[in-house]
Amino acid sequence: MSKTIKWEYSPAPEGTDHIELKKQYELFIDGKFVAPKSGKYFKTINPSNEKTIAKVAEADQSDVNHAVASAKKAYDKTWSKMLPKERGKYIFRIARLLQERAREFSVIETMDGGKPIRESRDVDVPLSAAHFFYHAGWADKLEYAFPGRQAQPIGVAGQIIPWNFPLLMAAWKLAPALATGNTVVLKPAETTPLTAMKLAEIIQEADLPPGVVNVVTGAGKTGQAIVNHSDINKIAFTGSTEVGKYIMKAVAGSGKKYTLELGGKAANILFEDAAIDQAVEGIINSIFFNQGHVCCAGSRLYVQEGIADEVISKLQKRMDTLIVGDPLDKNTDIGAINSKMQLDKIKMYVKLGLDEGGSIYQSSCSVPKKGFWHAPTIFTDVSQSNRIVQEEIFGPVLAIQTFRTVDEVIMKANNSAYGLSGGVWTDKGSKIFKVTKDIRAGVIWANTFNKFDPASPFGGYKESGVGSEGGIQGLSGYVNLV
Amino acid sequence: MSTNVLTPIDQIGAQERVARLFSRSIKKESKVQALHLSLRMIDLTTLEGKDSPGKVKQLCYKASHLHDSFPGLPNVAAICVYPTMVPIAKKALEGTGINVASVATAFPSGMADLQAKLDEVSSVVDAGADEVDMVISRGKFLRGEYAYVSDEIAKVKEACGSAHLKVILETGELVTLDNVRLASDLAMDAGADFIKTSTGKVSPAATPPVVLTMLEAIRDYQVKTGKKIGMKPAGGIGTAKQAIQYLVMIKETLGEDWLSPDLFRFGASSLANDVLMQIVKQSTGHYQSKDYFSID
Repeated sequence: MSKTIKWEYSPAPEGTDHIELKKQYELFIDGKFVAPKSGKYFKTINPSNEKTIAKVAEADQSDVNHAVASAKKAYDKTWSKMLPKERGKYIFRIARLLQERAREFSVIETMDGGKPIRESRDVDVPLSAAHFFYHAGWADKLEYAFPGRQAQPIGVAGQIIPWNFPLLMAAWKLAPALATGNTVVLKPAETTPLTAMKLAEIIQEADLPPGVVNVVTGAGKTGQAIVNHSDINKIAFTGSTEVGKYIMKAVAGSGKKYTLELGGKAANILFEDAAIDQAVEGIINSIFFNQGHVCCAGSRLYVQEGIADEVISKLQKRMDTLIVGDPLDKNTDIGAINSKMQLDKIKMYVKLGLDEGGSIYQSSCSVPKKGFWHAPTIFTDVSQSNRIVQEEIFGPVLAIQTFRTVDEVIMKANNSAYGLSGGVWTDKGSKIFKVTKDIRAGVIWANTFNKFDPASPFGGYKESGVGSEGGIQGLSGYVNLV
Repeated sequence: MSTNVLTPIDQIGAQERVARLFSRSIKKESKVQALHLSLRMIDLTTLEGKDSPGKVKQLCYKASHLHDSFPGLPNVAAICVYPTMVPIAKKALEGTGINVASVATAFPSGMADLQAKLDEVSSVVDAGADEVDMVISRGKFLRGEYAYVSDEIAKVKEACGSAHLKVILETGELVTLDNVRLASDLAMDAGADFIKTSTGKVSPAATPPVVLTMLEAIRDYQVKTGKKIGMKPAGGIGTAKQAIQYLVMIKETLGEDWLSPDLFRFGASSLANDVLMQIVKQSTGHYQSKDYFSID
């Protein structure tokens, strides 16, 4: 027998020489980058090594007032009066500029947020550009989106976005708002503001009329100032259910429209007649994509009893081949956890899972010492009563249960406070229809997971949110129909 | 034991997995290592009606003298020829440690009766073939006569004696990945030492989703029986880049045990030169003209 070799992939890091980052980022208001009236700045760090990347302005109430006033002026004077096809041209221009600078955006997204470059390069940035392209096309065709009705813009939209897909969420929010004739005050998350600031540079370069898009950076207080501002006509929020509930209360009776994309605890259902190897791969992607920082992550797995041992063993083997490490390395599968706060939360849940009597399996990978890291983790021997089965962890932690019958698994899948997404894996078409009909979730994927398209609406039942984004359904959240 | 239970394969899922595996970026030291390994895994092949003893002899010389101006290169694993060329290859390769593989069983169609196939196998083994590459009866398989296909493989295995048996599924004629999986399970159960994609005479030959499906069958078979079955994609693999992509697929599907010519081969006629070009490039930093690499 010849001896086998040890074959490790050499490091293949994406270059960072072409990246232009400023030491300090200001607020983007009225088409200009302006220093915050607050005079305050906060640091944004690279979560994979805890190094500071840049200082970012912290907007207070007076800065938000400034931004809203400029958005209102732009709405009244130019944007809502502009010919729709002209609006479309601006959005097309943003999409093209984003494509041209795709590599730069990917690298910055990965540096600021910790996600693997493979994902920011293949998912976040191309999908962001796709959202602008898609909605640019709608700008002058709204009468076809709502036949027989007239779609009028709402006014100034306050948009608050999360840290898990910073650029993509900015695109989800901005593109439909702009296409329908609204102006925007956007607040990126405090741990990941950089790609939104780079997008502001693109918006300036695309020559959008001043004030149509304003970007204010900051944490919860800045968001609060937006939510409670009386000149804001619409709140679009993606983030935690807790904050979503606060927003609902805050806007109640104010006449503001709102759409909320909140948490999830998706059930992935694996029947014994499924193509197992492909299902295992899908399960891995559904829970470990973006370190599990995904609201529609398949964080609950239900496996039919007869194949449970085989599936769990295959999952474990596959987990051991995941490459965890430097997010900028092109071969990295799992990057860094976005922040210390999130890492602590994940660790808290893993401890809770153990305390509750769950059996744990973690990837054999070693994780870097510096930065925020968590090994891919699965729990078995858990039940519907376990908190790790009920609550959103927002990390690379999967809870696995078994089932015997279709009715049982549908009951268990629906037995959740959330209803954002779900998955079904079977070789039998009739089972797919049965499950997708009976499960209350905004999107259910069959024999695949995490497929996104700008034309397809995304939104949840129950505590997963109100309203949809994407497609015609998403447009309707930004218009008054008369 | 029998595993002839249909294991469904999802084509889209398999394609996505392949795309993910093939996006691995193999650079620097890991690339050099992969290139050398690829050379050691090649079954240098000539399977044409116009093959001559002279051509086979030249190919055998090349097998152990891949690029003499660049020292330190390994030999290929085997030479793969038609039955009538086995004695010539055997003599030419004496003392090199390189195996002689012969196709048999009415290659490439397999359209002959069982006894004729067994006689052919015995004769190539008697002539000194170390490895036998048989084809399955695709017509029988597609008609659902799995027992016939299985018995035929078992009998050929018996006729092989100590020679290694590679079973060619001719996946281009099996059409679906479900069939590829079933044929793989069947061949392993019936005694195959290796399973092989194609004859090289049918298009498509070795496609990445087919190879992945076969590797996954091998993985499951090992879990069930403890036996390690080898894999040989053949046909259509002509570049170093493809070879490295397949090595990634093996490493991440079956593990490093399979990164050896004992358990993995490339059936190829033009792959060696492209790999050699890359090896020289990695060392000198420059691509040489194709004319600097011998064509035999």
